[in-house]
Amino acid sequence: MTISADHTAPGSAPGSAPDQAQPRPAENAVTEAVRKFGITVEDYMLPARHQIQMVDPEGRLLAEGEQGTEPGHEYPLPGDEELLAAYEQLVVGRRVNDQNSALVRQGRMAVYPSSHGQEACQVAAALCLAEGDWLFPTYRDAVAVMTRGVDPVQTMTIFRGDWHSGYDPAKHKVGIQCTPLTTQLLHAVGVAHAAKLRGEDTVVMAMCGDGATSEGDFHEALNFAAVFHLPVIFFVQNNKYAISVPLAHQSVAPSLAHKAVGYGMAGERVDGNDVVALLAVLDRAVALARGGSGPLLVEANTYRMQAHTNADDATRYRQDSEVAEWLAKDPVARMRTYLTGRGLLDDDGDSRIAAHAEAVATQLREGLGEDVPVDPQELFRHVFSEPTPQLKEQAAMLADELARDASSGEASK
Amino acid sequence: MSPTVTTSSEANGNVSAATARAAASAASAAEASGPQSVTMAKALNTALADAMHADPSVLVFGEDVGQLGGVFRITDGLTRTFGEQRCFDTPLAESGIVGMAVGMAMNGMRPVVEMQFDAFAYPAFQQIVSHVAKMHNRTKGALKLPMVIRVPYAGGIGGVEHHCDSSESYYAHTAGLKVFTPATVADSYRMLREAIDSDDPVMFMEPKKLYWSKDMVDLEDLRSAHSANRKVGTSSEGRAAVARSGTDATLIAYGPSVPTALAAAAAAAEEGRSLEVIDVRSIVPFDDETVCASVRKTGRAVVIAEAHGFASVSSEIVARVQERCFHHLAAPIRRVTGFDVPYPAPKLEHYYLPGVDRILDAVDNLQWED
Ligand SMILES: Cc1ncc(C[n+]2csc(CCOP(=O)(O)OP(=O)(O)O)c2C)c(N)n1
Ligand SMILES: [Mg+2]
Repeated sequence: MTISADHTAPGSAPGSAPDQAQPRPAENAVTEAVRKFGITVEDYMLPARHQIQMVDPEGRLLAEGEQGTEPGHEYPLPGDEELLAAYEQLVVGRRVNDQNSALVRQGRMAVYPSSHGQEACQVAAALCLAEGDWLFPTYRDAVAVMTRGVDPVQTMTIFRGDWHSGYDPAKHKVGIQCTPLTTQLLHAVGVAHAAKLRGEDTVVMAMCGDGATSEGDFHEALNFAAVFHLPVIFFVQNNKYAISVPLAHQSVAPSLAHKAVGYGMAGERVDGNDVVALLAVLDRAVALARGGSGPLLVEANTYRMQAHTNADDATRYRQDSEVAEWLAKDPVARMRTYLTGRGLLDDDGDSRIAAHAEAVATQLREGLGEDVPVDPQELFRHVFSEPTPQLKEQAAMLADELARDASSGEASK
Repeated sequence: MSPTVTTSSEANGNVSAATARAAASAASAAEASGPQSVTMAKALNTALADAMHADPSVLVFGEDVGQLGGVFRITDGLTRTFGEQRCFDTPLAESGIVGMAVGMAMNGMRPVVEMQFDAFAYPAFQQIVSHVAKMHNRTKGALKLPMVIRVPYAGGIGGVEHHCDSSESYYAHTAGLKVFTPATVADSYRMLREAIDSDDPVMFMEPKKLYWSKDMVDLEDLRSAHSANRKVGTSSEGRAAVARSGTDATLIAYGPSVPTALAAAAAAAEEGRSLEVIDVRSIVPFDDETVCASVRKTGRAVVIAEAHGFASVSSEIVARVQERCFHHLAAPIRRVTGFDVPYPAPKLEHYYLPGVDRILDAVDNLQWED
């Protein structure tokens, strides 16, 4: 049932009370899993007993029985082409992270919350989506935004400091990199709801961090998505810290993915440093959501390798040994070993990918290295569709002030 | 209302007898031509229905707005008429309602959401301030958020606590929000239609004590005037109204205080004093021109508002008028506002609310001797 231009289609049968809650669309994935495997609805919604992992930290493909899959929680291995494309983006993402951190040190950017160590999550969150789908990122998800196709320099505008969003969210179907924690999840819900009312099969990827799951909007967004049966994938990057606060202070749930069942949706947890497993889980989540199974919650188990931002000192709240442990689980090195071992990646391929990454880094250095002129009149231009009389007055006041500054500057020369 | 609503109901072909009766009774007020006695609630309801009929992207949602028609019945019959995809109940969560509306507005819809009461909109404050108000600016105008947040506000109904807040100043203080508040039946129709048409987000503050106030209005006239204005691109948006002409002093009021100001002006007239009453209507954008023209003419002004006076819309109005009209003023501008106390319990609200006597006292204090 969709909203058509002649808007004459309320969703009820002739003669029935039109105000009754409409029946939920077929929960096909759940009912199918229940029928096929004899598992309960709760077993379907609860995450599998173990996180889904396909390639271990040493770059070895795990045997099917060791991947953490279960009846109702099966994930086919993604195809070679998809894996190679993902690896390329991993390398680019790592380069982007390190280039941006360097630009902050050089004073070219105000701040950069790096996703170093989380690149597999970044890349998979973007690559699993189709053309018309939407992505709602946080401040830490610049690599996901770029992987989705937004120009790297436009992606970084928010941190360069000359305006807030550097790209048009509607054009790219990518929300503004959002800082008020989890507020963007509700926008994801709204975008999905609007699409559903028009009968479009849009899927929306809604990203947040582990600490953010404590926010009220996290709860409201998951509940709204579940009640309205919307194709939203809530993708939580559990990187173990919210600035300095470890996850144990946010939640004592068995895992963040377990929260799904409380909303009546399916949850899964996945090795967030294994891009193979991430793609397998997210591809299926996208397919399920697009097929009408409602929202899903995916928790990626990863680690923030660097401080929260350049302004943070991570040594105040975590041990070097912990960081070293996670260094051994690096998502980029792991994938390189795996693909090389499978003969999918050779030196030529590797250097081509490295050149691609370098080209993006150059783009960033050049784009962020130059001072962009700012227009103070722009302060007033976009507050409303049309500036109010008051804003016009204030714009004139500033213009006059600047004109006087300029002429006194001239005079003093 | 009848041509639009009944046509669409009939086309649905699935309206129950009760629904048909409801639609017929909803339509009857307007079917008889000429002015009828109409409540503000009815005018708002008609504006919503007309807007939904005119534009399929207009959606109405909130708490109890579906089957029940809203606790104040402003959305009465909309689900029946337009189906529950166009007017529906959400889970009970205000941030969710507003946040979802943001996403819908980003994706081609024109949501009109209802906050059940003023003080229950506060969970949505973060969404309103950080996203609703800023989205257009953050994207240099690339993203418009055409959405309306309806808030039944202010007191005077003997409500228990948390049901009577005058919250307009919070929104007016937030750059990027338009803030409208009608005081008359006809304005409530006109302004809600304009709010829904606006490409900018609008906080639509409905003085709940006036919901059942009545006026003789011709809804069909209002409807055609709206269509005609829309065609030529004119609107009364952002314009204050002269609610009563006078020569001696100006009472500046909005929303729930307008009828009180008019009553004070009527009382003053009996004592031989001619008061002009300005109904601000649009707090943002503010109509300096109309307000200041009146004050320059009369030379004296009292600003009236139910909200606490401190750091409020009323203080802003005083500041603006003082800056612009100082040399025309025969006396300092006075204010009659709520006291700076939490909104009182029902048996005390009488002492708190600006009343006719307090307004007349303020007028008496406008230095008439010189
Ligand atoms: C509503 C809100 N409260 C506080 C903050 C300040 N803040 C920014 S990031 C952050 C930590 C978030 O941690 P998490 O969700 O785990 O994401 P991560 O930074 O680890 O990616 C905090 C507290 C904020 N941005 N928004
Ligand atoms: Mg975290």
